[in-house]
Formats: sequence, structure tokens, C-alpha cells
Amino acid sequence: MEVDIRLPIGFMFLLLGLLLFIFGLTTQADPEIYRRSLEINVNLWSGLLMIVFGALMLLFGLRAKRSRTK
Amino acid sequence: MESFALGWVDYTVMLVYFAFVLGIGYALKRYMKSSADFLTGGKSIPAWITGLAFISTNLGALEVMGMAASGAKYGMITTHFYWIGAIPAMIFLGLFMMPFYYGSKARSVPEYLKLRFDEKTRGFNAVSFAVMTIFASGISMYALAMLMETLLGWNFTFSIFISALIVLIYTYLGGLKSAIYNEVLQFFLIVIGFLPLVFLGLINIGGWEGLTSKLAEVATSHGYAAGAYTETWRPVANAADNPMGIEWFGLIMGLGFVLSFGYWCTNFLVVQRAMAAGSMSAARKTPLIGALPKMFIPFLVILPGMIAMALTSDPNSGFSLPIKGNTYDYDKVIPMMLGYYFPTGVLGLGLTALMASFMSGMAGNVTAFNTVWTYDIYQSYISPNKSDKHYLWMGQMATVFGVLVSIGAAYMAKLFNNVMDFLQLVFAFINAPLFATFLLGMFWKRTTGHGAFYGLLSGTAAAAVHHGLTQPAGATSLIKGGWLGTVVHTYPSEMAQNFWTAIFAFFSCLVITIIISLLTKQTKTREELTGLVYSLTPRIRDESKHWYQRPQFLAVIVGVIAVILSIIFW
Repeated sequence: MEVDIRLPIGFMFLLLGLLLFIFGLTTQADPEIYRRSLEINVNLWSGLLMIVFGALMLLFGLRAKRSRTK
Repeated sequence: MESFALGWVDYTVMLVYFAFVLGIGYALKRYMKSSADFLTGGKSIPAWITGLAFISTNLGALEVMGMAASGAKYGMITTHFYWIGAIPAMIFLGLFMMPFYYGSKARSVPEYLKLRFDEKTRGFNAVSFAVMTIFASGISMYALAMLMETLLGWNFTFSIFISALIVLIYTYLGGLKSAIYNEVLQFFLIVIGFLPLVFLGLINIGGWEGLTSKLAEVATSHGYAAGAYTETWRPVANAADNPMGIEWFGLIMGLGFVLSFGYWCTNFLVVQRAMAAGSMSAARKTPLIGALPKMFIPFLVILPGMIAMALTSDPNSGFSLPIKGNTYDYDKVIPMMLGYYFPTGVLGLGLTALMASFMSGMAGNVTAFNTVWTYDIYQSYISPNKSDKHYLWMGQMATVFGVLVSIGAAYMAKLFNNVMDFLQLVFAFINAPLFATFLLGMFWKRTTGHGAFYGLLSGTAAAAVHHGLTQPAGATSLIKGGWLGTVVHTYPSEMAQNFWTAIFAFFSCLVITIIISLLTKQTKTREELTGLVYSLTPRIRDESKHWYQRPQFLAVIVGVIAVILSIIFW
């Protein structure tokens, strides 16, 4: 495989996850914004999910890369 | 409907997504050296990637919004479009048909028809397929631009050009491989973007129990049994017991057999993904790997529709689907739900997921179009015997040309809605009999080119005649049927009519192909048919090391899970 798709996918989700997670943290105290999402900070949780998914993808991609170069 | 106010986070999510999609296309650009690299992906892609691309290209914006709409309108029986309407066909494609597609060295589905039958059968299929893909991508582009106009207040032309331009750039740069790689990224984005919607909706409605009890009220108020919206097989015992107006026989034969096998096993849009796999084993596993997530997509796209219906039925919920004419505007389910539950941040993510689904569908159409155009039309009829460099160039030009014509089709859809409905109807007639031709071609060596061609024509004619003589209940326009003057039969719903149109088309193609094949001489020699027909092809041995890596084992797992799901939601 010339381009391992896991790397860009992992990187993108890590980036978007961090963005939403940090945005979720900074808006945690805002009572207005999460009223529609049933008082649940969905930015925080979705961000967390994406960070985990992105990190896993990167991990698998990097491991495959290392075993190829060996 | 009020439009959304997007914040800087939402736009950042969108821009990051755009950057990655374009970046993948750019990274693949230097590997595009031959027409095969560009149009067939160089046959080098692992099975898990082609498998996810296989279902992602089908998961376009129209599919996402349409399935949510059906979820609201018909409830849980919409899952039949997945569990009976896709899984058996995907298993059949992987186990029985892929060996001939992949092993035949054909580069496209029309080319297989040329090798197996003759030039006219290929020409008919290639031209109708090319026109169809262009219009399909035009219609979905139109739908997306309309949505962006109502939701975000974006200018229609701006939406069309920005979405078409991004798809054009990444498919022009990296060809089929870029489309497939991006489809994988888009698939994950669609799942992660819509997941919070399902969770919030279920929490709000009181879980599956809450949803069942709310929808039971809706069902009984319409005169159905309490479970009509939340069960899958019990309501289809009788056409009068379910809102879709369909009974089990029409469902299994029409949707489960003719329509679903016709789509999943012969449509080059999806088959092309499997043909791009790196080995025979990977090609056969492509639809089977795709089937695993495919079975769970209903929970992502149909559940939001059902939740929307339950919320609408509850006057205290504060949520109601907009009214259109004398019924609800079901197509607005997804945008309405996004706006109802998502705060700024995930709202951008949800909208980006919607755009990703649009792009995966459009890129699928564009890459299938440029291959069929270049190999099956240009190289075959217009300019044969040129250098491969010339065909690479033509493939790239076809990409640009395909996107431009789709843009034209999108504007045509905006101006003349009827023309588009009419075209979709014609394509439905052309597609309906196709599976009979492939079934006979692959498994009966006596089938001849004349038999296949006239069988296809008769199947298309049978579909048109059936549609012209029947009507769904309450039809007001001739586009819905009955245009031959007399109405012989009235179906309880449009869905039921569609299923039966397909059944008639299939069997008429089957019978006519057999009769004409028996009356005409086989023009292909045994050698020519080797690798194309079951009885003349040596049985392939799967190269997998372990039994649990073989396609057969995967097929059993997929089948068992589909049966378990059907029993749980019986």
C-alpha cells in the first residue's frame, strides 16, 4: 500500500476530537448551549470518542509502518 | 424551517474535513501512471478498505435522508431494505459471482457482458449506465444544495460548485483509489457524526421501550396492530397490516430477490469497489466485510426517523415534523433532528457527516462513469488502439466532463422536477431485468448474446407495461403509473407497485432469454467462455491460510447475525 489510509483517518479524527473535546471543556459552564442536547455535553463526549478512535487508527497504522520498514 | 446559526467550531470541523479529503487525493496523485491505476485502482487495495468503500458509496446523502424518511413513515419494516434487501445479495455476490467478475479480467461490468455475450449487450448496458450515474449524481447534488440553502442559507449555486469542485479535485488527482480511500474516511465520519443523534434521541424518548410504547399509540391510531412500526416480519403477514402496504411474498421476491440482487450484484457502482481489491480472496471478501457494518446501519439512519415520528406524535415534546400537503414532510427528518438536538460543535460534525455522505455517493458515480466511458464507450466505439497514456488522459477528462454534466443535471432537477422523476422511472425499467441476464450468463453456458440482449429489452418493456397498467392507491399523476389508459390493478402503495414491476421484468427477461438462447446458436467457443461461466471454470481454491479467513466462513457469520437480528425484531 503506497499510502496507508489509517494514518490520515487517525490524524483527522484525533484533530477533530481534540477540537470538540477542548471546545466542550471551555463551554462546560455555559447553561444555554447544552439545553437542546438534554444537558449532556455532547461536544466533550463526541470529542473523547473521536480521540480514542483516531488514536487507535494511528496506532495500527504506525505499527504496520514499523513492521514494513524492519 | 428556521436556519441554523453555525459558529466558528462548526466551520473549522468542515474545513478540516475538506483539507483531509483533498490531501488524500493529492497524496495519491504521483501513483497515477497508467489508465489502470486511475480507473481500476491498480487492483492492489486490501479487503477491509474495499469492503467499507463498498457500502460507503451506497450510503449517499439521498440514502441517509431517504432511509430516515422511510423510518418515520413506515417504521421498523424499513430495515427490510438492509437485512433482506442487501445481505443475501451481498453474500451471493461474494461467494458465487465475484469469481467471474474478478477472474474474467474484465475491467467493468459492461465489459464482462461483452466477453460473455456480445457487443450490443455491452453497448446497451454501458450507455444506459453512464447516463444513469451522471443523473444520479446530479440529483443528489441538487438535494444537498437545496438542504444547504434551507439549513444554512447558503446560496444554491455556491453549494453546488463547492461540493462538485471538491469531489472533482480528489477524483481527478487520485482516481478510483482516491475515491475508495476517501469513502472509508467518509464512512467513519458518517457513523461518528450520526451516533450522538441516535443516543440523544433514545435517551430523550426513554430507550427502545419508550419508543415502542409511543409508536404503538401511533400504530393503533392508524388502525394497525400495536407493533406495526416496531416489528419487521409480523406486520408483513398481510398487506393491510403495515403502513408500507406490502405482503411477505412481494417483499421477499420483489425487494429481497429481484431488486436487491439486481442492485448489489450487477451495479458497477458497487461491484467496481470489489474489483479494485488486491486478490481474488480480497475481492470475494469485499461485499462480505461490507455486510457486517451494513447490518447495523439501520440503527444509525432508520432509528432517528422512528424517534422523530414518536416525538411528533407527542404534543408535549416540542418537536414536530413540518407538514407538506396533507402529510408530513418526511424528507426533513435528518436536518430537523440535527437542529433539534445538536448544539454548536457537534452540529458542525453532523452537517459535515451529511456532506461526507453526499461526497461518497457522488465520487462513486463519477469514478464508475469515467471507467465505463473510457473503456466501454470511448475505447470500444470512438477511438480504439490508442496508447495507454491517451486513455489515462481520457479518463481524467471524463472525470471533469462527468462532474460538469452532473452540475447541469442538478440545475435541470431544480427547473424540471418531472423530467427527473421520468428519467428515474426509465432507469428503473432498464435495471429491473438485469439480474436475470447475469444469472443465466454466469450459470447456464447455453445462454447466447441474442438471448441476453432481447431478454433485457423484453424485461424493460415488461416493466414499462406493468407500470403503465397499474397504479398505487391514491395516485394523481401519470408518472406513478396507469399511463396506458386502463388500470388493471391498484396496489396499496407505491412500494408494492415497484416490487411487482421488478418481479414482472425479471421473469419476462428470464423466460425470453431462455427461449431465444435455445433458438439461436452459441457464438462463443468453450475457450472464450472459460472463466466467465460456472460450469466451464475450474473451481478456485481460496489462498487464505486458515479456514476462518475464507470467504465461506465470513459468509456464514454474516448470515447468522442477519438471522439473529431478524428474530430479535421479528
